[in-house]
Amino acid sequence: MTGQPRGWTAVCPLTRLDPGRGMAALVDGVQVALFRTAADLFALDNRDPVTDAYVLSRGIVGSRDGVPTVASPLHKQAYDLRTGACLDLPGVAVRWHEVRCRAGLVEIRLREEA
Amino acid sequence: MKKGRLVVVGNGMVGQRFVDALRARDSDGRWRVTVLGEEPRPAYDRVRLSALFDGVDADELNLHTPDPQVQLRLGTSVTAIDRARRVVATTAGEYPYDALVLATGSYAFVPPIDGVDLPGVFTYRTLDDLAAIRAHARGRRRGAVIGGGLLGLEAANALRLLGLATSVVEVAPRLMPMQVDTAGGALLRRYVEELDVACHLGVATSALHPGPDGSVAQLELADGGRVDADLVVVATGIRPRDELARAAGLPLGSRGGVLVDHTCRSADERIWAVGECAAVDDTCHGLVGPGYAMAETVADRLVGGAATVPDADTATKLKLLGVDVASFGDAHGTTPGCLDVTFTDPATRVYAKLVLSDDAQTLLGGVLVGDADAYPTLRASVGQPLPAAPLALLAPAGAGAGAAALPGSAQVCSCNAVTRADLDAAIAGGATDVPALKACTRAGTSCGSCVPMLRQLLDAAGVGQPRGLCEHFDVSRQELFDLIRVREIRTFSSLIAEHGRGDGCDICKPVVASILASLGTGHLLDGERASLQDTNDHFLANLQRDGSYSVVPRIPGGEITPEKLIVLGEVARDFALYTKITGGQRIDLFGARVEQLPQIWRRLVDAGFESGHAYGKALRTVKSCVGSTWCRYGVQDSVGLAIALELRYRGLRAPHKIKSAVSGCARECAEARGKDFGIIATDAGWNLYVGGNGGFRPRHADLFATDLTTEALVRLVDRFLMYYIRTADRLQRTAAWIEAMDGGLAHLNAVIVDDSLGLCAELDAAMARHVGSYSDEWRDVLEDPARLDRFTSFVNAPQVPDPSIRFTEERGQRIPARAGGTGNQQPVGLGTPEVRR
Ligand SMILES: Cc1cc2nc3c(=O)[nH]c(=O)nc-3n(C[C@H](O)[C@H](O)[C@H](O)COP(=O)(O)OP(=O)(O)OC[C@H]3O[C@@H](n4cnc5c(N)ncnc54)[C@H](O)[C@@H]3O)c2cc1C
Ligand code: SF4
Repeated sequence: MTGQPRGWTAVCPLTRLDPGRGMAALVDGVQVALFRTAADLFALDNRDPVTDAYVLSRGIVGSRDGVPTVASPLHKQAYDLRTGACLDLPGVAVRWHEVRCRAGLVEIRLREEA
Repeated sequence: MKKGRLVVVGNGMVGQRFVDALRARDSDGRWRVTVLGEEPRPAYDRVRLSALFDGVDADELNLHTPDPQVQLRLGTSVTAIDRARRVVATTAGEYPYDALVLATGSYAFVPPIDGVDLPGVFTYRTLDDLAAIRAHARGRRRGAVIGGGLLGLEAANALRLLGLATSVVEVAPRLMPMQVDTAGGALLRRYVEELDVACHLGVATSALHPGPDGSVAQLELADGGRVDADLVVVATGIRPRDELARAAGLPLGSRGGVLVDHTCRSADERIWAVGECAAVDDTCHGLVGPGYAMAETVADRLVGGAATVPDADTATKLKLLGVDVASFGDAHGTTPGCLDVTFTDPATRVYAKLVLSDDAQTLLGGVLVGDADAYPTLRASVGQPLPAAPLALLAPAGAGAGAAALPGSAQVCSCNAVTRADLDAAIAGGATDVPALKACTRAGTSCGSCVPMLRQLLDAAGVGQPRGLCEHFDVSRQELFDLIRVREIRTFSSLIAEHGRGDGCDICKPVVASILASLGTGHLLDGERASLQDTNDHFLANLQRDGSYSVVPRIPGGEITPEKLIVLGEVARDFALYTKITGGQRIDLFGARVEQLPQIWRRLVDAGFESGHAYGKALRTVKSCVGSTWCRYGVQDSVGLAIALELRYRGLRAPHKIKSAVSGCARECAEARGKDFGIIATDAGWNLYVGGNGGFRPRHADLFATDLTTEALVRLVDRFLMYYIRTADRLQRTAAWIEAMDGGLAHLNAVIVDDSLGLCAELDAAMARHVGSYSDEWRDVLEDPARLDRFTSFVNAPQVPDPSIRFTEERGQRIPARAGGTGNQQPVGLGTPEVRR
């Protein structure tokens, strides 16, 4: 699976996503947390690295100093929706993935491990 | 190093403080400490003794923490000091000493009046005294107190609380003659008489006469008057217990007390005296603050320090419900050339007097009656330049310039000798709230009157209760609540557009969701509202560590039919849910995946269950004991009341979770005093307690109202809850809310009983709206396909269950299988759990 650039996978119509909320999707066996904000779409790994539970998609979406964030629903650490970097714990991050909307469909392309 | 033998005589407030202070300083263990105490119990908070009549348990007054390095001998009186042999004799043998600390306190002085030894006549000093008073008061109707000073008025209030018609007899022409002047005394009298306490002033008691049963029945006054009383408390002053020192030939003060120097050392260099039994500068002090200062001084000296006692602070504040009286410094203006500034307002019935130095620059003392808000600031300013213009300081509600204007050397907490500089240092060191300040400086832990100043200092340092909720809103939860209510804002987006900034976060969004829910404005998961909820509220279930949820149906009052119990068992079995009985008398089903939740609810709702709101910051449960229906002790139907309350308040959203319980009699099997609101049955109705909680900082609820009818009880609880919901901070339990409230319980009482803010009608209407608009959140979801859509594992693969949720077995049930494999593969030898690190 490594080396090859992956393709885009359509996961759902945009209308399935509520603004300000996340949803989990399964792409090539990887759990992805998909978020829709007022203006944008974001995708991160669904796994919360602090607790090892697959729950990030269920966190509250918001912003911190203008950075779009999701807060882990278990212990509330905030993650930058754009980069996956944890804003509360230095050195902690989750993987981010590419996401776009084509013809009303939300598509995800997994990124390789950094 | 050979250890010295240190013997402490007396385990009262000051003796205990001395031992604590010494142990804290004596890090290399120079001293082996023995404490000999005459009372049968370890040290307790004598200052708060009267709280016993306000529903506080004797245990809560405890001041003693066991210390293996300190030998404590209770019920042991020291009978003599042999200075030559350096031993003390006790009722239980001799104890040798290298240093001896006398902390024997005072005894209540009883004047030689005829009949003063009759049954039914008491002093007011110890827990035993109060127990005897309580026992004798049973079935009796009239009480009298001889002595109208600080202690006498406190005793009079206690008799009132015991239900006795109460009189006070005082020789001086005014109440509290030591503290207040003539004008203040006159106002004080009016207040006291309004509490239905009859005052006989300027007249001595000449005799006490018995009734037919041989116990006291009447007081005879020197002017020939008679006062009926079948219980009498004598509160005519205290005398230092200096008998040991006297017999040992130590010099005493001119009015008694062990004469000591500024280090609290007596004429014998091995003998020290602290607290009320000590005369420093030939003066004994009947207050705990000076005693604590002496305790710290001697502790310091015994480990080689050079401390001396500071000038005693004799400020006092009367703690009688509703009447504030405070005096401090040179209250009577005895300093040569001093000036008075007085302020009298007959309308609000406030009297205040400040005594100033001859140049009107320095505050020397003062008296406040009717409104003592300015007391903490003023007391701390004694001897300092005036923090503001005199009238500004005295004007009611002004509370003057506040603590922020005080210089660093001003003593903010005089009970524990904590200065403003000490507090500023603690704040700089990271203390961000009042409990933290209390913990690291001890300020505010004795009489509590300086707590408002602690708050002001925190505010002044910019760390006191940050008002803004988060970076998106500059207002507090309470202000947000009012904005939303008054402007009828119904969406988060319009709220943040008009009154905030940015996109919101996990702090402000759930707060706004909860406020909207408290205002009864539609379902939690409607439209945009859904995006504001914490995951628990979003899925109406409790997220667990492995990403699965637990489900808790409501079982009101903990009462359940066998049929329903069977359904719970069947549902748990069919979905393979781990099953556990909770502390709130219901049943928690664990290990459900998101997509299973609606299926589980369907089964439960069909069997007549509804959501238990275990996931919400909302009313959780109203626990109950079995009550009068079955229990041979029960006096009221506690189960019936618990069910009615739980159904009334179910679904009510609040700043934090709310718990309650009802006990059917004073045995308190339902542990109601550990709850936000707890109810205990009495022969005549219900007693209501508020502000209790378990958890991190356990706290017993305080008695709020007694012998209520069910109707009156429900009305009070309605208002209590609604006022809490409106005014508390985010994540503030009721206990912290009341603690932070200016005026505390008395304020709460004024608002929800006397309607001092004119709010009650609104609070009642808000609760009526809640009760009328309740509907089961689970059922609402089941009936709405759009909402059901959210309960899916993967948006693109709803048929695939979350593969990360995996189970293993323990004691016959499914539990999460943990990735690392720690903890729960094989039961250890005895089947006992290992500690997880
Ligand atoms: C109802 C009430 C309300 C009060 N309110 C306030 C207030 O609001 N503010 C304030 O500052 N102060 C108040 N006080 C006063 C305060 O309680 C005392 O100043 C404080 O308790 C003094 O402490 P102490 O250790 O010197 O004496 P105590 O607390 O009386 O302790 C002395 C102990 O020594 C024991 N003892 C005596 N002789 C012997 C012996 N020979 N052998 C062994 N043990 C012995 C006694 O039994 C006692 O337990 C109040 C007092 C009462 C009674
Ligand atoms: S609190 Fe009273 S009524 Fe309730 S179970 Fe206990 S003893 Fe019985």
